[in-house]
Amino acid sequence: MSDPTIQTTGFPWLTAVVFLPLAGAVMLFFVKESLVRWTALVVALADLGLSLPLWLLFDPSTPRMQFTERVSWIASPSINYSIGIDGISLPLLLLTTFLTPLCVLASWKAIEARIREFMATMLIMETAMLGVFVALDLVLFYVFWEAMLIPMYLIIGVWGGPNRLYAAMKFFLYTLVGSVLLLIAILVVFFHGGQTFDMLLLSRVGYSPTVQNWVFWAFFVAFAVKVPMFPFHTWLPDAHVEAPTAGSVFLASVLLKMGAYGFLRLTLPMLPDATETFTPIMVALSLIAILYGAYMALAQADLKKLIAYSSVSHMGFVTLGIFALNAQGIEGAVLQMVNHGITTGALFLCVGAIYERTHSRMIADNAGLARPMPRFATVLVIFALSSLGLPGTNSFVGEFLVLVGTFLWSQAAAAIAALGVILAAVYLLWMVQRVAFGLPDGHNTERLRDLNLREMATFVPLVVLVFWIGLFPNPVLTAMHASVNNLIEHVDLEEVSLTVPNP
Amino acid sequence: MTLPLSDLTAVLPELIIVAAACLVLGLDPITPASRKDWLAWLSLVSLAVCAGVTSSQMHLRVSAFSDLVLLDPYACFWKLLLYLASGLTILMSLAYLRTERIHLGEYYGFILLSLCGMMIMVSATDLLTIYLGIELMSLSLYVLAGFKRFEARSLEAAAKYFVLGAFSSGILLYGISLLFGVAGSTRLAAIAAAVGSRGLDDPALVVALILLVVGFGFKIAVVPFHMWTPDVYEGAPTSVTAFMAVASKAASFGAFLRVFLEGLGGLKANWYGLFLVVCVATMVLGNVVAIVQTNIKRMLAYSSIAHAGYALIGVVVAGQTEAEGAVRTLGVSSVMLYLAVYAFMTLGAFAVVAMLRKGGLEGDEIEDFTGLAKRQPLAAFLMLVFMVSLAGIPPTAGFIGKFYLFMAAVKAGLTWLAVVAVLFAAVSAYYYLRVVMVMYMRDPEPVEGPLPRLAMSPAMTIVLASTLAGVILLGLYPNPLVSVTTYAVLSLK
Repeated sequence: MSDPTIQTTGFPWLTAVVFLPLAGAVMLFFVKESLVRWTALVVALADLGLSLPLWLLFDPSTPRMQFTERVSWIASPSINYSIGIDGISLPLLLLTTFLTPLCVLASWKAIEARIREFMATMLIMETAMLGVFVALDLVLFYVFWEAMLIPMYLIIGVWGGPNRLYAAMKFFLYTLVGSVLLLIAILVVFFHGGQTFDMLLLSRVGYSPTVQNWVFWAFFVAFAVKVPMFPFHTWLPDAHVEAPTAGSVFLASVLLKMGAYGFLRLTLPMLPDATETFTPIMVALSLIAILYGAYMALAQADLKKLIAYSSVSHMGFVTLGIFALNAQGIEGAVLQMVNHGITTGALFLCVGAIYERTHSRMIADNAGLARPMPRFATVLVIFALSSLGLPGTNSFVGEFLVLVGTFLWSQAAAAIAALGVILAAVYLLWMVQRVAFGLPDGHNTERLRDLNLREMATFVPLVVLVFWIGLFPNPVLTAMHASVNNLIEHVDLEEVSLTVPNP
Repeated sequence: MTLPLSDLTAVLPELIIVAAACLVLGLDPITPASRKDWLAWLSLVSLAVCAGVTSSQMHLRVSAFSDLVLLDPYACFWKLLLYLASGLTILMSLAYLRTERIHLGEYYGFILLSLCGMMIMVSATDLLTIYLGIELMSLSLYVLAGFKRFEARSLEAAAKYFVLGAFSSGILLYGISLLFGVAGSTRLAAIAAAVGSRGLDDPALVVALILLVVGFGFKIAVVPFHMWTPDVYEGAPTSVTAFMAVASKAASFGAFLRVFLEGLGGLKANWYGLFLVVCVATMVLGNVVAIVQTNIKRMLAYSSIAHAGYALIGVVVAGQTEAEGAVRTLGVSSVMLYLAVYAFMTLGAFAVVAMLRKGGLEGDEIEDFTGLAKRQPLAAFLMLVFMVSLAGIPPTAGFIGKFYLFMAAVKAGLTWLAVVAVLFAAVSAYYYLRVVMVMYMRDPEPVEGPLPRLAMSPAMTIVLASTLAGVILLGLYPNPLVSVTTYAVLSLK
């Protein structure tokens, strides 16, 4: 087999993209208080600008890792600063750099206390998240993976809502307990895989069934907590409700992707046999998450909780697609990861905009916003429709692919998953009906001001993406074709002929 | 009898430290009360000279005083770590002792004497010499623990420490004497030869082994011999607590590894199981009991117990019967690495506690940290880094330390032990993060008048800066430390 990476010399694009936010965070402590917001925005935009060439220069025809860099980090055992991206990590990396400026904008007024520390924490967070998506060395991956915990803990705990202490600790302990087993699993893989931490080399090792099974479950706990898969999801609603808007967006849009990304990057390539063995369990858990999340979302009176449970449901589609183990399913899953990042992130931004005005997240307190805030209502409707997977919007493509993939695996599973789509329509439309068009019911929502220029600036790019991916998904899908096919071949399962529906 | 010069060069650092200690004690009466700092600087100069000497001896392997002491890279590694811990302790003491109104010259003399005892412990290859080192260290520490002589808590700590310490020394001595009866010598090499050929056939050997485990168990404070730790750590002056938690623990581990691997290596099969039980019990009890502590020094005391438990993983790995060379090397070097990392983060955490004392706060209760991030953002940030590192979260040094220990365990086939350890490391995150929570997420009580200012002394700045740098840099680039520990361990037979 040829070298799985493309050696590139010259400008270290990825390192620059990953560490620019960190440098920006340090810089924030040396600028005037009044310039902190602008500095953070400029840094976040610069990082976005820096990441765009990655997309333009990316060669979609090969599954090999691109823009690779490799420097020895620790000599004994050999741990390398080894990074690179393929078609699976590229969309997620771009999603992260794209959302960070929007999060900065969303926190412009919402965060008043200790703005300097807040913006710095967000930028540090961005570095850690990007690091997870580019790491090709298991220890490096783990370092970035764990490094995310403290910033997120602080974002929830310091700038969160009234019950933030509980939520922050719960988030932290849940994810930490999940990921410490990952460390042991990494070490086990290291010793069984020829004493290397190189993910690509480790993927070529055939591990014994016993090792695969144990490592699979250790990986599973770490990733399932992050996704979160049923029954490890209980930290999510608490964390979302208490986190500030930008924290919720990061959490929903990027952090939840870590788990799914972990399945794709580690579990499937390294443990193909165990994956096949446990696929029915994974699919079952995904289906439970889809239905249970949707069912819980129906019952929520708090907008953030509603969206949090809808996340559980939508991430169920992602894991379902992954474990369908065919090209459609996995491509749908990756696309759905991006879509969920855009749409759910946007919905949290909507809730944030409401909360800034009425200081309530309850649906009942925010009825009938369409009259005073027509622009807001339009935006909300667009994202709600996108979230429920209306044809023409981004989620339709992703969910459709996932359902096709699932259908190939099991028709019954696809039928159950489709129920989740219907339930999504119910809770989202019902929510929109009440919030946008409901009767104000004694609450004075008449005088609320509509979205201002800054808020429009955060929403418009997201709206554009919703329709762009909804109508022309091929640029995103093409980028991942080769990598996904390679992954499927690697997992060594029956290859299903690849057809990309173009709605 | 004449001493060959090589014998004296082998103990040159010890001689320098003793001379410095005598000089400090001698100069103390003629030093004006306002000039006691000079004695501290004098002690630091002697440490710096010793560090230079020891670094230059790093490659040597000299057996001196007819095999009583051995100067080898292993001893040099521990000595360097001990200088570092002593130096940082002295620097952190300057301002702290003044605040506590106990700024007396003999403090520095006792630190140096104690250090000398520790240096003997890590370089001795004879049980009685090790015992002498332990006693020199302990007797000095008893005095230091009671240094706040106007405060009942401090005196109680000293008395408890003395009684239990003397008791454990007695047990150790009893074990040594039994071992002498069996082997006919107190030299580790002779004991190894005698024991290796016999196995555990002699009941005296069984008793001796158990007594040694108990004696050393007290010194490194592992369950079930940990009872003295919280009380002593709480009562002793904070700088002394830091010194005990780091230096005395490091020295005890240094001697402990040498005695059990070199002297009693033949009985591996017999002590391996004992330490396995002790290791698990220590991690479990230390971490669980730390959760309910409200006093930061008690909390750190239990956390130090837990960390001794983690370090024992490396000992267990090294003691595994079938462990061949590479596994054993990894086991021992990971213990050394861990204690070095532990030194930085623990000294840093205690330095912050000591500094808050300066701020006019009581600074001993975790509640006293409430809202610290608003009042003293820098102090809070430092504490955040040290707590995160103690919890073992990357990219701090604490993670690197745990990483190597867990790697050793997995390599030795003790994956289950590593799993237990990580789960309890996750438990520990709860109480470390609670300190962060109190500092960052609770608002301070409104204080009347101006906020107490932290008078940062330059010396304290050095302590905080170097511990912070150690925790971050060793987390990001542990290579130098890893190669030093790997080099130092190879000399251990």
